[in-house]
Amino acid sequence: MEGIIHLDFRGIIILLMSAVFVNNYVLQKFLGICSFLGVSKKLDQATGMSIAVIFVMMLSTAVTWPIQYYLLNPHGLGYLQTIVFILVIAALVQLVEIVLKKYIPALHSAMGIYLPLITTNCAVLAVTILNVDKQYDFLASMVNALGSGLGYFLAMVMFSGVRSRMESEETPKAFEGLPILLVAASIVSVSFFGFAGVIENLFG
Amino acid sequence: MEGIVFAIVSVTVIGIVCAVMLAVASKVMAVKEDERFPAVRECLPGANCGACGYAGCDGYAHALVEGEGVKTNLCVPGADNVSRKLSELLGVAFEDVVEKVAVIKCRGDCSVTSEKMDYQGIESCKAAKLLFGGTGKCSFGCMGLGDCAAVCPNNAICLENGIAHVNTRLCIGCGMCASVCPNKLITIMPDIEKVIVTCSNTEKGAVTRKECTHGCIACKKCEKECPVGAVTVVDNLARIDYDKCTNCGHCAEVCPTHCIVKGDFSGIHRMDQE
Repeated sequence: MEGIIHLDFRGIIILLMSAVFVNNYVLQKFLGICSFLGVSKKLDQATGMSIAVIFVMMLSTAVTWPIQYYLLNPHGLGYLQTIVFILVIAALVQLVEIVLKKYIPALHSAMGIYLPLITTNCAVLAVTILNVDKQYDFLASMVNALGSGLGYFLAMVMFSGVRSRMESEETPKAFEGLPILLVAASIVSVSFFGFAGVIENLFG
Repeated sequence: MEGIVFAIVSVTVIGIVCAVMLAVASKVMAVKEDERFPAVRECLPGANCGACGYAGCDGYAHALVEGEGVKTNLCVPGADNVSRKLSELLGVAFEDVVEKVAVIKCRGDCSVTSEKMDYQGIESCKAAKLLFGGTGKCSFGCMGLGDCAAVCPNNAICLENGIAHVNTRLCIGCGMCASVCPNKLITIMPDIEKVIVTCSNTEKGAVTRKECTHGCIACKKCEKECPVGAVTVVDNLARIDYDKCTNCGHCAEVCPTHCIVKGDFSGIHRMDQE
């Protein structure tokens, strides 16, 4: 368990804020783009998907962190990280879906198709792996997962707003559909570069 | 060596634990599905064409089982057989399915019109349409690159002389071809009709004539001659109101360019009944 970084309260806040704004998974790290473009059409869908992502990110971090530090590392199996994490996350999400279907049908129908969609979402895997790479302790890992999920939520909600505006505008024929979407996404992404440095200076 | 064995064993164990967990969970926490659902789903043809208006056969089966008042006659490819089975299963009155077929509203083959370019791009109508509005002189017509033939689940569409033809005897009326045609040339109509307009060009008569000798020149002869007033020329193109049409075929006889055609378009289901 050596080399793990313990953060104080201020560090936690900085971690949370920078996970949302500076290291935004969608807009800065370009992970989870497929769901970002796929489900951001309507605000309610975008919200549902994002809540599911936050939930799954935190859940998988809570499970994979102990696996890494109590199972893989002590036996020198750190290199199996990716494959084990994928396996565990996929099984976990399926399990959660079964449980939700049985006990909270309302939530299940609200999350609906999004849960299985997230099973193989690269953003979820990235959060869990980066938590280990950055050597965060358990609390910091959870906070980072929450922040990353919130960042995803922010990007989705913002972009669904952008899309609803684009829908009412006339687009040049050549740009219709996906091309204009990618252009818009890149502009939103560039706007997020403005946050770089702000968080550290604000709290640091 | 030992390391590899240990790694393999540990990943396998993790996998088995996950699998057992999921298997147990799915048994213990199984949610009862409506037992009629598998039976209903079994009745449907499984083409997942979307002609019923639901997302595939599963979607329609769910709607039938759960929704009140969902009609049993929405499956066009399944026709009367499926509708009858569904009605029996669900205990509702049988309703006749209006069997439908796809017809292509263009007969501009190589003998009556020509290409305006030597197209050597992707073999797809959708791609060709992006290039100066299509390959043919008539930008409304069939380009014959076969997007429709590619999606047809029953191989009812063939390409001949540069345009697509529907073999209505094989057509199940699912409408997948109509949704992919970039020129919206394909309409899905009840297969009892006998008369169709085989042109979609809405340009002025003289322009159309130069592009294709088979095209509708909007001379309005059909409109004047139709005994029941079912044919009207709107936007330089003859259109038939099938509510009024008696299938007498008089318009097809008088049409100077023979773009109105009388024929037998009965689909695959009608053949079963015969």
